[in-house]
Amino acid sequence: MNLAKQSWWKVVCVVLMLITIIGGLLIPVPELDILHQSIRNLFYHVPMWFGMTLMLLLSVVYSIRYLITNSLRDDVISSSSVKVALLYGCLGLVTGMQWARTTWGAWWVNDPKLMGAAVGLLLYLAYFVLRGSIDDLDRRAKVAAVTNVMFYAIFVPAIFIVPRLTDSLHPGNGGNPAFSSYDLDNTMRLIFYPAVLGWTLLAAWIMTLVARARMMELQISGGGSILSPRDSILDSEIGARHNPIRDASRPQTLTPKP
Amino acid sequence: MLKEIKALFLKELKLEWRQRYGFSGILLYLAATVFLIYISLIEMKPELWMTMFWIIMLFTAVSAVAKSFIQESRGRFLYYYTIASPRAVILSKLFYNASMMIVIGTIGLLIYSLMNESPVEQGGYFFLVVILGCSSFAFSFTMMSAIAAKANQNVALMAILSLPFILPILLLLIKLSQFALLKHIEHFPVQDLLLLLLLNIIMIALAIVLFPYLWRE
Repeated sequence: MNLAKQSWWKVVCVVLMLITIIGGLLIPVPELDILHQSIRNLFYHVPMWFGMTLMLLLSVVYSIRYLITNSLRDDVISSSSVKVALLYGCLGLVTGMQWARTTWGAWWVNDPKLMGAAVGLLLYLAYFVLRGSIDDLDRRAKVAAVTNVMFYAIFVPAIFIVPRLTDSLHPGNGGNPAFSSYDLDNTMRLIFYPAVLGWTLLAAWIMTLVARARMMELQISGGGSILSPRDSILDSEIGARHNPIRDASRPQTLTPKP
Repeated sequence: MLKEIKALFLKELKLEWRQRYGFSGILLYLAATVFLIYISLIEMKPELWMTMFWIIMLFTAVSAVAKSFIQESRGRFLYYYTIASPRAVILSKLFYNASMMIVIGTIGLLIYSLMNESPVEQGGYFFLVVILGCSSFAFSFTMMSAIAAKANQNVALMAILSLPFILPILLLLIKLSQFALLKHIEHFPVQDLLLLLLLNIIMIALAIVLFPYLWRE
């Protein structure tokens, strides 16, 4: 992708990250009961989840693209996005646990949002276990694409709906007196929006680096045309295509575009 | 296509009936697990009763549905490929596994209530939740079994894949079941039941859309 090689958005990313880190630690913040100064974690913890969900959305889009084009390039981008999403998920969990320790007194509590986050991490770690168990590149890509779509379809309800079902200690749920993340002070908003944008650009940057490295690896080992879109020219496909009885009696099924 | 689905469904049923050790094996597994839970706990608080029930159903479902795709050899897969559309194959497997799981769920509930005193007050509601829950297990594990069958036919992989996948549904089921313990339900959890139904429908829809891509090999 040409966009991946350009540097203007990377410069923007660096500037935003500097604003986030320096500004986040220096600006005056409102004093709230349980949170005190740890409210600054808002700039580092919440954007992790934005980054993670956006990366997972990107990976699902590229998984669906793979199912249509059968091009390994889409598969590489999809799996790199999941890797970055997992990284952000782990970082989000760690920053969340640190925040929980200082405000609620425990590293881990029985809370649906935490459960949803843990489920997300477990799901996508299982995705990588699956990827690792298949050797053939094309089959791996196809099975991984199908699995990715299925996992995303269960991940979205898990993250957004299940936490609303029960009371929660999380700020913003269950009638907590603490702040809601949609109810920010103006000075915090000044740092929060750049923080979200900065962390998201950073996620995209890391993803492009991982994807490009993997694509180069594939091209070195597999030859120049390994990443291009192709027909699925498999033996069983060809044999089945010439079966007139089957074709006449069978209704149309989904076919990938050539 | 309905004819194909019906034919495949009857095929599954006949196969299961001819080699009954499969189904009996699952029932034995269920009975042994229930017995183990009884022996280790004897007295159970109502919430624990409910949680244990769903954990037993979960592991029984993994064993029961795991063999649905994995036991088919590659030759047989090619045969199905030439005679039926992938949608018919997956729909027949989904509904066969769902019916099998509902039967297993009912039997499991009976055995479990026999051994451990059942604190369930709202029987009809709980039975509805059990039916929806067992069918959701069946739908998700069938799809995971199809995926694992493509990945070197590894049964352990199917279990690894399905457990994180089923966690949100399990959470929802346990929450819904808590209502069955109350003597009198103040406000019926319509939203949650609809959510469970919606998740089931999403899984069927995804299976129908995605299975043909898995099938092409």
